[in-house]
Amino acid sequence: MAWTWFHRLASPPHVYGLAARLTPWFGWPAAVLILAGLYGGLVLAPPDYQQGDGFRIIYVHAPSAWMSLMVYVTLAISAAVGLIWRMKIAHAVAASCAPIGASFTLAALVTGSLWGRPMWGTYWEWDPRLTSELILLFLYLGYMALRSAIDDVQRADRASALLAVVGVVNVPIIHYSVLWWNSLHQAPSVMKLAKPEMPAAMLLPLLMMLAGFTLFFVSLLLVRLRGEILRRERTASWIREALTG
Amino acid sequence: MNDFFHMGGYARFVWPSYALTLAIVVLNIVWARRSLARASEEARRRMPIQSAPP
Repeated sequence: MAWTWFHRLASPPHVYGLAARLTPWFGWPAAVLILAGLYGGLVLAPPDYQQGDGFRIIYVHAPSAWMSLMVYVTLAISAAVGLIWRMKIAHAVAASCAPIGASFTLAALVTGSLWGRPMWGTYWEWDPRLTSELILLFLYLGYMALRSAIDDVQRADRASALLAVVGVVNVPIIHYSVLWWNSLHQAPSVMKLAKPEMPAAMLLPLLMMLAGFTLFFVSLLLVRLRGEILRRERTASWIREALTG
Repeated sequence: MNDFFHMGGYARFVWPSYALTLAIVVLNIVWARRSLARASEEARRRMPIQSAPP
């Protein structure tokens, strides 16, 4: 069995080079999908029968909210892999995720607030979905603060990974909050593929935005990961070749 | 065209949402690139001066 590709994922020079080569293959499709999704969402999709044109906030709110959760799950899984197998690259991936996830959690909260004002009559409510999403923002910020408070990289990796793994309990709470509690927030309308609640002209741009944001996250992660690897492998001789070659 | 910007009366909620998300997308590109540039600069500074081949 050719397992070498898997073992090479633990090799910093290999991952550094791979990340550099792969970045445009995620970045450009992301740009195309996001631009097409924006056109579809703002121009082609018909207004909602209840919310009029106000529903168009979904095309930036749902992808941001999706990013906030997907990035956190990526962070927590990488952190767990780093803890269990003491894999430096996994910790580097986790550390690279945090600022991306935090910024999109903020976007999800603010765009949600701007959507809530006209539809629910309030910018903010201590509702289960909104509160658990706010806790997610604090988890990201706590993770980053903890990392920057510890000078030793290995200790910072381990302490922050522990926080990230414990914090993962918040993810199902966010996801199911609208079903478990009586929430102001609407139930998910995309994930019911068997019986979609949106016409294709509304749904397709949303799926494009979700896919585009996901690819955009991967491209950002690859760029940040290279920086993290350089910071961790300062003395390695391959860096000279990578930087000068 | 005016109708488009008016957003059926929801303009003051729709456009700030799009503007903020766009800003966060652009800032993420800038931050990621800057983080890599800083790390490479630092790694370059830490590189020992290459000794002449024997």
